[in-house]
Amino acid sequence: MELNGGALLMEALKEEGVELVFGYPGGAVLHIYDALYQQNSVKHILVRHEQSATHAADGYARATGKPGVVLVTSGPGATNAVTGIATAFMDSIPMVVLSGQVQSRFIGSDAFQEVDCVGITRPCVKHNFLVDSLENMAQTIKEAFYVATTGRPGPVVVDIPKDFTTPGVTVPFEYPDSVEMRSYSPPSQGHPGQIRKATDLILSAKKPMIYSGGGVVLGNASEQLRSFTQLLGYPITQTLMGLGAYPASDKQNIGMLGMHGTYEANIAMHECDVLIAIGARFDDRVTGEVESFCPNAKIVHVDIDPASISKNVTVDVPIVGNVAQVLEAMIEQIKATEKRVDPADLASWWALIKDWQSKKCLDYDLSDNVIKPQAVVEALWRETKGDAYITSDVGQHQMWAAQYYGFDKPNRWINSGGLGTMGFGLPAAIGVQLGFPDEIVACITGEASIQMCIQELSTAFQYGTPIKIINLNNRYMGMVRQWQEFSYEKRYSHSYMDALPDFMKLAESYGHVGMNIENPADVDGALAEAFALKDRLVFMNFVTDQTENVYPMIEAGKGHHEMRLNPQRELA
Amino acid sequence: MRHVISVLLENESGALSRVSGLFSARGYNIESLTVAPTDDPTLSRMTIVTSGTERIIEQIIKQLNKLVSVAKLTDLTEVEFIEREIMLVKIRAVNSDREEIKRLADIFRGRILDVTETTYVVELTGDDHKLNAFLAACGVDNVLEVARSGATGIARGEKSLKV
Ligand SMILES: Cc1cc2nc3c(=O)[nH]c(=O)nc-3n(C[C@H](O)[C@H](O)[C@H](O)COP(=O)(O)OP(=O)(O)OC[C@H]3O[C@@H](n4cnc5c(N)ncnc54)[C@H](O)[C@@H]3O)c2cc1C
Ligand SMILES: Cc1ncc(C[n+]2csc(CCOP(=O)(O)OP(=O)(O)O)c2C)c(N)n1
Ligand SMILES: [Mg+2]
Repeated sequence: MELNGGALLMEALKEEGVELVFGYPGGAVLHIYDALYQQNSVKHILVRHEQSATHAADGYARATGKPGVVLVTSGPGATNAVTGIATAFMDSIPMVVLSGQVQSRFIGSDAFQEVDCVGITRPCVKHNFLVDSLENMAQTIKEAFYVATTGRPGPVVVDIPKDFTTPGVTVPFEYPDSVEMRSYSPPSQGHPGQIRKATDLILSAKKPMIYSGGGVVLGNASEQLRSFTQLLGYPITQTLMGLGAYPASDKQNIGMLGMHGTYEANIAMHECDVLIAIGARFDDRVTGEVESFCPNAKIVHVDIDPASISKNVTVDVPIVGNVAQVLEAMIEQIKATEKRVDPADLASWWALIKDWQSKKCLDYDLSDNVIKPQAVVEALWRETKGDAYITSDVGQHQMWAAQYYGFDKPNRWINSGGLGTMGFGLPAAIGVQLGFPDEIVACITGEASIQMCIQELSTAFQYGTPIKIINLNNRYMGMVRQWQEFSYEKRYSHSYMDALPDFMKLAESYGHVGMNIENPADVDGALAEAFALKDRLVFMNFVTDQTENVYPMIEAGKGHHEMRLNPQRELA
Repeated sequence: MRHVISVLLENESGALSRVSGLFSARGYNIESLTVAPTDDPTLSRMTIVTSGTERIIEQIIKQLNKLVSVAKLTDLTEVEFIEREIMLVKIRAVNSDREEIKRLADIFRGRILDVTETTYVVELTGDDHKLNAFLAACGVDNVLEVARSGATGIARGEKSLKV
């Protein structure tokens, strides 16, 4: 088959099983857009800003597990995409970004809409390519998908000079079946010796603790995690990125850990004697002050990326490998041996944990006058039976979503953890909904975050994605305000959101349904009404308590045992 | 501690900046970095001299390995190895110093490549200690210009870095 560059790209995407491409046209990709027009296996979603193209592809990838695909033009198209690429990079999300580039002979001449896309994106991609000829394009695309989706996943950028997509210039097309890259070989099997050492240690614990993260979601290993945890009967805590990989409603789950994790999870981290870290990367939001992190524990760490191991915290038994395979091997070994932890030890460990749980660190005081944001999230959980796909933006609302929407399944909780990108929520929700047209998708956001990619209400209308937007409108950049309250003597420097739009009318002007909810008594009814509108995007503007803070909290420089609790709880 | 790391990487545009970008982005130290194609023209060999705590060196090696352009690497400091650097140095050479500097060049097995009435250019090969010792012996005031290549290195014995 003889194909020009544009048609070749379409065939390559088809070969990769790509259904959706999120993009925005421009000069350098006009040939590619012409090829898109002339086929119908790949559907293009026209966003309103390239940042949203990357977030939408990212949301699609997090929910479906398939790589997200993006198409942007050179220059400003590429630079607009950078925030979304970095967002995907920090959370290890598989993504392939095709960017147009000026003609190869003009590269380096400051040509119209030229930027060094490979240079600009280098520090925030897993890898990137500048296509060097039409002949090598198919191979490059194959390698891009291979690198993006294997090992520790991540975004890969393929920069395509315009002349390689010229309609009149063709090459014979043959898509490679497999790739062999001598300089890239992702690990898979964990080392049997290390796995044996780890199980020995795990079974000799008196106060064991499982700490699992996003790697379990990325590695599709929640079933294995559940078997492993339940076989052992140990307590489990999850990172923000790992939520849902182990069912929140299970009795062994003691909640999220870290800065805004539960009291019991953080204290248990501090007290445990064996820590089993699975697909988690010891982020600073999780460890707090590393000097006082898990002072009594021997640590096992399972991770596919050797560079994650002993990066921030030195571990005792590292296992480099794919989490599903390593967990299976450990389960097998545990089943094969008689050795078990002393049930009396485990029982007294659980008794301690129960005691910490009795603080009820997530309880909050309801009010008859003003809507409590936590209550909205709990009501949303009830309305959606805890089974919706929830995207979020960044701020207090994100933490409340994580704390109060108990995720029982993986891939349901879609948020930007590593980069913490405001503006992520709405375009990500569009991507999720396009991936799962029949599922319930809600975006929990704040009045500041939502305005960062608000223009995507237009995209949502065009493609009929019936997302429910839960705007927890506290008229503040609440997370910033909270830090200012605690650390800057309430000097609320530029964190007040003045001159807000009328969100209801704004939604309506984009063709959607808007709702304003100000009274606590109306929350349940409003949600029921909104979710009954199955085919419509509903923008629900909840006017919430301005003074509410996220508790518990570990402040900067503090350890897990020094949590700040909700002042009301502290008294209890 | 000082470490000498040899890296085989794909000989393609941008590979060098992936490595140097990694060092600057993560705040690792580079004392010197040299690179040239190998006998296999699709591969370059890079020698990086760096320093840091054990943990930092471990991270440097892991992060380098993680780069898709890096095929293989070794920390030469872990084995018996040979380190060499070439230095060209322009030295003020007048009156009695002319003889003295020539003698020093001989002692250090240097070669005089260029001679004028007032200067010599000396070529010297060795490890970093030897090159520094020569400069010290010549005296700071006499040294007009120094061009050093940065270190390259290879392991002794059977062990070889190959893909
Ligand atoms: C406002 C705000 C507050 C936050 N507060 C908290 C908080 O209180 N608690 C909290 O936990 N986080 C919090 N975060 C998130 C935090 O910044 C990090 O993003 C998060 O802790 C990282 O999660 P993780 O360790 O699970 O790693 P991820 O970023 O999910 O990384 C996954 C790890 O798994 C590995 N991996 C990937 N695939 C596989 C596989 N197949 N097999 C094995 N390993 C694999 C990767 O190499 C990597 O090391 C907050 C973020 C924001 C924006
Ligand atoms: C793009 C971007 N800019 C700035 C920040 C810093 N930041 C973190 S949370 C936050 C406030 C978010 O406000 P809002 O969306 O209203 O959420 P709230 O905290 O009030 O729930 C800011 C500015 C960020 N995370 N992302
Ligand atoms: Mg707000």
